[in-house]
Amino acid sequence: MPRNAPSKDIDTSNNERLMRYLQDLHQADHPDPSPEHAASRFHTGRVPNGRQSGNKPRLMLMGQRRSGKSSISGVVFHKLPPSETLYLETTTQISQSSMHSFMDFQIAELPGHIDFFSPDFDQADIFGNIGAVIWIIDAQDQYLDALTQLLNTITYLAQEWPNINVEVFVHKVDGLSEDFKNDTFRDIRQRIQDELSDLGYDNAPVSFHQTSIYDHSIFEAISKVIQKLLPQLPTLESLLNSLCSSCRIQKAYLFDILSKIYIASDTSPQDTTSYEVCSDLIDVVVDVGEIYGWARPPVDGKTGDQRTEFNNHACESMVTMEKKGHKYLYLREMNSYLALVCIMSDDNPMERKVLIDYNVGVFQEALSKVFQWK
Amino acid sequence: MMSTGSSSKRQKQRKVLLMGKSGAGKSSMRSIVFSNYVAKDVRRLGATIDVEHSNIRFMGNLMLNLWDCGGQDGFTESYLTHQRSHVFASVAVLIFVFDVESREFNADLINYASIIRALYEHSPGAKIFVLIHKMDLIASQHRTSMFNERSEHIRQVSHDEGFGGKGEGRGKEVEFWGTSIWDQSLYKAWTRVIYFLVPNAGVIEGLLRQLADVVEAHELILYERTTCLMVTHISRPYETEGNKHPDRFEKLSAILKAHKQSVAKHTGMPAGSANFAELQIKTGEFMFLITRLTENTNLAVVLPSGEARYNAARINIALAREQFGELDIPTGKSVQRDRAAEAAMTSRSYDPKMYEEMMRRHQDEDGERVGSSYG
Repeated sequence: MPRNAPSKDIDTSNNERLMRYLQDLHQADHPDPSPEHAASRFHTGRVPNGRQSGNKPRLMLMGQRRSGKSSISGVVFHKLPPSETLYLETTTQISQSSMHSFMDFQIAELPGHIDFFSPDFDQADIFGNIGAVIWIIDAQDQYLDALTQLLNTITYLAQEWPNINVEVFVHKVDGLSEDFKNDTFRDIRQRIQDELSDLGYDNAPVSFHQTSIYDHSIFEAISKVIQKLLPQLPTLESLLNSLCSSCRIQKAYLFDILSKIYIASDTSPQDTTSYEVCSDLIDVVVDVGEIYGWARPPVDGKTGDQRTEFNNHACESMVTMEKKGHKYLYLREMNSYLALVCIMSDDNPMERKVLIDYNVGVFQEALSKVFQWK
Repeated sequence: MMSTGSSSKRQKQRKVLLMGKSGAGKSSMRSIVFSNYVAKDVRRLGATIDVEHSNIRFMGNLMLNLWDCGGQDGFTESYLTHQRSHVFASVAVLIFVFDVESREFNADLINYASIIRALYEHSPGAKIFVLIHKMDLIASQHRTSMFNERSEHIRQVSHDEGFGGKGEGRGKEVEFWGTSIWDQSLYKAWTRVIYFLVPNAGVIEGLLRQLADVVEAHELILYERTTCLMVTHISRPYETEGNKHPDRFEKLSAILKAHKQSVAKHTGMPAGSANFAELQIKTGEFMFLITRLTENTNLAVVLPSGEARYNAARINIALAREQFGELDIPTGKSVQRDRAAEAAMTSRSYDPKMYEEMMRRHQDEDGERVGSSYG
C-alpha cells in the first residue's frame, strides 16, 4: 500500500491541473481583468473624468476670496452654525474634506487667489475626479471681476473637462431686498450667457442658483447639484411619483438625514417652504432622538422581547395639525442614512395608514434594489 | 403632595414685573418667550415706553399678568415716585434683568437696590429672579466666573434690602440665572419662574405621576402650548439618572418652538395658532408622543417602544383629559375634586381587558383604526 500511494497522488494532481485548465479556458481569450491592464489596453466605456468615478460625488468650490466658500462648506458639510462663519480664517491652500453619509460626498475648496492655469498645478489632479464645480459669487460685492474669472473657468472647463457641470451660486442674497436680489441674479445670468454665446459655448453645462447660508436656500441648491450627479435620479423620481399617486401624497422628498440634502423628490412643482418644513421635521426627530434614544435598563423584565414585538426599528414620525384642512407631515426612515419625508394631502392620517405603510414598504424595497443594499 | 392651600387657588392673576436697565433685553426676552419671535427678529424691537402689559393663561388657574417696564431713567424715576404703590403692590415675582456687558455695573446695582427697596415696602413676600443676560457675549471659559462674581455682588445688595438671608421678616431668597436669547438658557430660567408661579403644581404632579404609572411612561412633560415653557415633569428614577441630557426640558422647549415657527411659515398661519394636534415619533428604542392635555397645555410622553403600549397610552391620555380639565376651573372645593379625580384614575390601569374595552370605545368615538400596527 505505501508503494502505491505516490502514484495515486500524481494522478489526482494531474486531474486537478486538468480541471483547472478547463475551468480557466473560457477566460483564455479575455484580458486580465485587473484594472491597470483594463485601463491601458482596453476600452472601458468610461470617459476619463466621468461622473461615476468611485461613486462619490465630488464637488469643487471656487470663487473669489471672501465670497463664502469656506462658510458654505462649513454650514452644509460640517454643521457649523451660520453665525459662527464670521470667524473663519482665510483658506490658503486647496483643502479637501469628505462627509460620511449616504453618498460619501467629497468637497474640495480652491482658494480664490490660486491661479490654477499656472504650470505649477497639475490640472488633472485638481479636476480629474470632479463632478461639479460650484462657483460662488458674492452678490453684495462688485462682481465684474468675478464674472471674468468665471468666464475663463467655464471656457477652460468646456474645452478640457466637458463633463464637469458648472453651478453658479449667486451668494449672500439674504442681505439684498427682494427686487434688487432678482435684478442682480438676472444681470449675472444674462452677462454670462451673452458672453458664452459670443464665444460659441452655447451649450456649456452652466446653471444658476440664489443662495444664502442664513436660510435653507444653500441646502436646496446643493441638493440640486448633487442630484445632477446621481445616475439613479430618474428611477428615484419615478418611484416617488408612483408612491405619491398611490398614497395621495402632495410632495415627497428623499432626504439624506445627516446633511439634509435631498437626493430626490417627486416631480410635482417645487416650492421652498415645502422643503423647509420637511427638513425642519428631520431636525425635530433627530433632536428628540438624541435626547431620548439611549439604552435604558430593562424594567421588571418587561422590555426585552416586547421591544421587538412589532419589528418597527425604523424610525417613523407623524405630525398632524390642529386646524382642519391643513396637511400633515409623515417621516419614515429608509435606512440609517436616508429618510422619506412627505407632505400628505389628507386630513385624517389614520384612514390610510395601512395603505401608506404598505406602499412605503414597497418603495423601501425598490430603493434597496436600486442602491443594492443588503 | 405639596399643598398650596385654597387661598392661592382663588387668586387667579399673578403679577410679574419685568425690570432692568434700558437695553438690557427685557422686551427681546418677552417677545421670544411669549410672542413667537425668533432670536434674530428682536433687532426690530424699539424701546419700551412706560409699561407694556401682557396676559398669558397657563395651566390651571394661573393667569400670568406680565408687566414689561421700560427701563429708561425717566420711567424708572416715575415707577419709584408717583406710580410707586401702583407698580409695586401685590407683586408675585420680580424678574430683574442685568446686562452682563454693562459698563456701569455699580449704577445698575444702585438702580436695582432702589427698585427692590420699593418692592419690599409694598410686597415683601415677592420672589426675585435675577437674570444675568446676554451671556453669549462672554467668552465661554469666563462665563462661570463672571456669573458668580456678578451674582455675589447682587446677592449682597439684595440682603441689604431685606431679600434673602436668615432672620425674621426677611424676603425670599433671590435666584440667579445666566441667560442668552441664542440658546436654551432663556427657557431654563423662565421654566423656573413658571414653576414657582403654578399654584397647584403638587396636585398636577400627583395626577401626572399616576398617569405615568398607568401608561408605563419613561417620562411625562407638561408644557404650555404658546410659549412651549415646561410647567412640570415626571421622570422615572432611571431616566433622571441615566439620561445624558439633564437640560433636555429646555432643549425640548427650544425644539418645539423652532418647529412651531417652521410650520407657521409653511402654512402661512400666525405662529400663535400653528399648533399641531399630535406629534409622534416611533423608533425601536423609544416612542414619543405629544398631544393636547388641557386647553393651554400639551403633554409630551416618552414611552418604551411597542405599538400596543403606544396606542393604550394614547387612549389613556385622552381619557385623563377630563380630570386635568377640571383643574382649569377654580372652585372652592377643588381639592376634594382632585381627590375624586385621583380615585377615578387609579381604577384605570393597563390591563388587557380594560385596554380592549377602551379600544372599542375609542373606535366607536372617532372611527380611527387604533389597533392597526404596521410592520
